[in-house]
Amino acid sequence: MSDILLRTSDLSFGYPQRNGLFRKPALREVIKRVDLAVPRGSVLGLVGESGSGKTTLGRLLVRLLQPTSGGIQFDDVEIGQLDEAELRPLRTRIQMIFQDPQSSLNPRLRLGTTLTRPLGVHGRLRGQRDQRERAAALLDLVGLPPDCADRYPHELSGGQRQRAGIARALALEPDFIVADEIVSGLDVSTQAHILLLLKELRARLGLTMVFISHDLSVVRVLCDDVAILHHGEVVEYGAVARVFGAPQHAYTQQLLAAIPLPDIEPGWLDDAPPAVTSQQQGSAA
Amino acid sequence: MTATLAVEGLKVAIGAANVLRGVSLALQPGEVRGLVGESGAGKSMLGRAVLGLLPANATIISGHIAFEGRDLLDMRETERRGLLGRRIALIPQDPMTSLNPVKRVGAQIGSLLRHHLGLSKRAALTRATELLTEVAIREPDRVLSLYPHEISGGMRQRVLIAMAFACDPGLVIADEPTTALDVTVQRQVLQLVERLRRRHGSAVLFVTHDLGVVAKICRSMTVLHAGRVLEEGQTADVLARPRHPYTRALLAATPRADRPAEALRPVPPALIEQLWSEAHRLDQPAIAGPA
Amino acid sequence: MAELALASPVARQSRLLAGLKRGGARLWIGAALVAVLVLAALLAPAIAPHDPLEQDLMSAQLPPAWMVGGDPAYLLGTDSLGRCVLSRLIYSARTAVAVALIAATLAALIGVALGLFAGSFGGWVDQLISRLIDVWMAFPPVLLSIVLAAVIGAGLTSVIAAIVVVDWTRFARVVRAETMVQLTRDYAAAARVIGMSRAKLLRLEILPNLVPLLVTLLAVEMGIAILVEVILSFVGISVSGDTPTWGSMIAEGRQIVYQAPWIMALPIVCIITSVIGLNLLGDGLRLALDPVQRS
Repeated sequence: MSDILLRTSDLSFGYPQRNGLFRKPALREVIKRVDLAVPRGSVLGLVGESGSGKTTLGRLLVRLLQPTSGGIQFDDVEIGQLDEAELRPLRTRIQMIFQDPQSSLNPRLRLGTTLTRPLGVHGRLRGQRDQRERAAALLDLVGLPPDCADRYPHELSGGQRQRAGIARALALEPDFIVADEIVSGLDVSTQAHILLLLKELRARLGLTMVFISHDLSVVRVLCDDVAILHHGEVVEYGAVARVFGAPQHAYTQQLLAAIPLPDIEPGWLDDAPPAVTSQQQGSAA
Repeated sequence: MTATLAVEGLKVAIGAANVLRGVSLALQPGEVRGLVGESGAGKSMLGRAVLGLLPANATIISGHIAFEGRDLLDMRETERRGLLGRRIALIPQDPMTSLNPVKRVGAQIGSLLRHHLGLSKRAALTRATELLTEVAIREPDRVLSLYPHEISGGMRQRVLIAMAFACDPGLVIADEPTTALDVTVQRQVLQLVERLRRRHGSAVLFVTHDLGVVAKICRSMTVLHAGRVLEEGQTADVLARPRHPYTRALLAATPRADRPAEALRPVPPALIEQLWSEAHRLDQPAIAGPA
Repeated sequence: MAELALASPVARQSRLLAGLKRGGARLWIGAALVAVLVLAALLAPAIAPHDPLEQDLMSAQLPPAWMVGGDPAYLLGTDSLGRCVLSRLIYSARTAVAVALIAATLAALIGVALGLFAGSFGGWVDQLISRLIDVWMAFPPVLLSIVLAAVIGAGLTSVIAAIVVVDWTRFARVVRAETMVQLTRDYAAAARVIGMSRAKLLRLEILPNLVPLLVTLLAVEMGIAILVEVILSFVGISVSGDTPTWGSMIAEGRQIVYQAPWIMALPIVCIITSVIGLNLLGDGLRLALDPVQRS
């Protein structure tokens, strides 16, 4: 059993674009030759601004999308080109938590149904009583009261919905979870609760995670390693302490400098270093 | 010196729910104050009350709002509308929905200038070009001819900032203008707001939930929760020596890129419960007690 | 924990009450009107004062009982053959309800199925079904009915067949569009990440989200079905013989509209009331059933 649970090699993904009537469609590359290696039990932060491709990369890792080239190895098994039927058994081990629980929880189904749906799909439910018990157990795992199972998503607050989304992802007891911007748009206090919940769950359940965020401060709290994504390429990659303490790439430095820390800093509003142009791409040494 | 904005004991309700419970706030000319709170604290409502843009089912129960000494709530509608966009301006949160999607950028800035400053079409065009240059947009002529969806989010926000400062406002209300922006764009936008504020001498009420943004751009700050002011003062003081436990809790719950993970502490739910019961107690009619 | 204080009461009963409240006047009025229609159809033999086919030439063209010359035995008067108008109206409801129920349901079943396929499979399946819809929508049901009547003979079957064959497109088009929208939502992606098959995804996740839409469409379609049947029985292609229908009553009444206007007017009132009732009920149900919708 390898130490690396998820590895990508030269992972690329692009959308076909019409290239005139008679030529073959060109590929608009969104993810370009990404190499990642996520050790078992660790959390990798994936940071990027809008347009960086981080959500696309997240969806590639859970095989909602198929790479156009390159490979994804999960537990030493190549999953990049598997079809739906071959992927199905792996679905119990790879899960995703989505950004907007308002749209990722079926608005017309009760929470209890949504949370135990994964179990039902894989034949792990033994009747209605079992379903109720499992739903209550999952809710308890994320700190929600058991009567939430009877509620609809819109009857809950934002923080509660996000917890429900986490609970759903944990239903199948996966090894690996991709969390896509799950605390963006939450209040500071709610965000702190969710982050600490994730830390606790990760320790308790031995999860391996990829945590996608645009917020470097949040990544600092939760992640062991961090990869900085810029225009579909990983420009910097390393342990959190190293990247934050001694960033190598100009873009990383720019990102870190742009974060407004809650400290008084005269001169922060004076001119920033010039923006990175498209010519300045390339990974860190 | 007359305060640019003086809010006294403002109580606002939406239907049966109280959203502002006796808020008082004063802005001196040129002051940049951060209005900090989480969602539901009432910070947007306060901004809207000043602008006269409260929702239809909102009622102002009591209190005063004065702009440069003139009572805004007593004012005639026409007089107040003359102020809005000119002497009191708004930088809204979402640039996409705040710009008319079927009008070119130039047309929108132009109608603003002609309406408030009475400029001719040609003068308005020249002024619009100047304004876009002021907010560091290259090729202003090209941008003026584009539609909002043809320019980036950061550029749209710059256009809105340009429009806010176009008529030399005494007060600008910035309602979470950088929340939806990337962090690098946010820094540029904040720099821009600061530069323009200094040039025009406007006071700014900066509504945000981000303590970091407040630290960088606001000289003073007010902390709001459940429609009440819990703490206010010079930003440097409040951040270094927060007095109210809520402020302390917010700071402790804010993740920092320069500190290790262990430092994060969530806001104690007991504190929130206590604050809410205090707020609800304010809603009850006063019970006469011993003097 | 304060964060867990939930916003609204959620006992099953209160959710039902909340739904009824959301439905509002539309729901109640619509339900009442439709109930009258359905009851008339079901209980016709019990509540009709006379046999609708019984002729009494001595009492031909009697006005309604409250007018001059009216007879309390015939509450709404008689037609030129002395048949009781009220009884004929009540019995006509049977045809209306039968057509509405059967035609609308069949059209819905076919349309929803094809719409789901088109919306979820995309590609050539979608192209094929969409082109089919385009072509089919061009057919006016009345014309098609006449053709069908010529081929399989006049009668209720050809009326229902004509409606179904044309109106499935109404359901298919809307369901296709809504399916495509729902599939872009994250909960559909979440279902795929769990490993749900396409069939299960459509049935268990997407379909519940189509319910409010389908309820309205079904009610509207029932109203349309009634109207189409009226047109066809007006021209005599619908049910054969003496079976009373609102359409045939209008046709008869048209001949003597100056002497006995009530014979044409009363069926028209029944039709209008039925269609309005169905539309209101559909609207009210949609509001009541959609837990996400807020006033």
